[in-house]
Amino acid sequence: MPDEANALEVVSQQSSEEMLIRRIRDGEHDLFYELIRPYERRVYATAFAVLRNEADAEDAAQEAVLKAFKNIRQFRGEAKFSTWLIQITLNEARMRKRKEHVHIMEPIADREDEEGNYVPRDFADWREIPSETLERKEVREKLAAALVSLGEKYRDVFVLRDMHHLSIEDTAKMLGISTASVKTRLLRARLMLRDLLAPGLDANWSSRLSFAKGNKPW
Amino acid sequence: MVIRCEDVWREISNYMDGDVDPALRAAMEEHFHECKDCLSVLEGTRNVIQLYGDERMIPVPLGYSHRLHRRLEGNMPGSRRSFLGWMVAAAAAVVTVGTVGVASSISGGGKTRSELAREGTGVPPDLLVVVSDGGKIFHIPECSVIHDRAHLRTLAAREAEQQGFVPCVRCLKRYLKS
Repeated sequence: MPDEANALEVVSQQSSEEMLIRRIRDGEHDLFYELIRPYERRVYATAFAVLRNEADAEDAAQEAVLKAFKNIRQFRGEAKFSTWLIQITLNEARMRKRKEHVHIMEPIADREDEEGNYVPRDFADWREIPSETLERKEVREKLAAALVSLGEKYRDVFVLRDMHHLSIEDTAKMLGISTASVKTRLLRARLMLRDLLAPGLDANWSSRLSFAKGNKPW
Repeated sequence: MVIRCEDVWREISNYMDGDVDPALRAAMEEHFHECKDCLSVLEGTRNVIQLYGDERMIPVPLGYSHRLHRRLEGNMPGSRRSFLGWMVAAAAAVVTVGTVGVASSISGGGKTRSELAREGTGVPPDLLVVVSDGGKIFHIPECSVIHDRAHLRTLAAREAEQQGFVPCVRCLKRYLKS
């Protein structure tokens, strides 16, 4: 029964979004605020995950929302509005990152053959970390640094799947890759992040994170 | 079914997503009971997913939604809100200019409380901030560098600026003029 209730809620949310979009297209532009309100946080988080800078992320988020508004007529409803909006945000953030780092070589992990097996490097006993740990800014900064250090193709899959909880299929559609590639990249991203963070997380988050010293374990 | 560590690592992500067949799942669970290293990989990877999936991982900056809406307002051709927004902004500007003028004439030129202080720009006027009367800086209430918490008073950012306070370089950094 709860599943049915959830499904009904999703359908009702989608149809109310469709109605909002129709009315916005018909000229009730003010309704766009209502349409994007539930996704404002997610838009910012997507941009920040790529750019890792508050000001740049906010600028990219604003730009993405503006592009969504200007192109609302092109939204055909094949995907969910939230998926379309996040895709615009991801493209905007990636474009900015490329402009910034045009002279820098792509991360090593991007050039690796993703079909090859990834072997974990750290077997430290790492039990549950209390979520309150995230209240600490230095912890969030270390997590963000680890995420940004991943190659783009791994990071994008991880952000969409594990941070925005998109399905494997939606992630594949958004990135234009196969579901098998999503799974392979997700596996790598998760294991690489674990390897990057384990040396700090198994102790006390002091200054023992290996990536903080520039050592990438892959 | 007996499986090796390498097989476990290859399937661990699918296992966590519930995307392995029952026989493989059972074999992996048995393996985790026996292999401390693979259990560590599993626990660690779960932690990664849990930490990054938490909304607190990327906190939204103060005033983000306000600034986003303001930017949208300026880009909505002919909308009622755009016009109203413009009217409200214009009225607010008149009131602000008037108030600053009055405040300036009272406080002697609207200067900051320190010659060395950096003025802010674009601080949301209704943002609630805290100051201490002997100080020069206004902060958001959660700021970690407030020294004298016993003598704070709360006011709107607009009033704090009119009284010569400037934004904190830590908690309101983004509003400082470069």
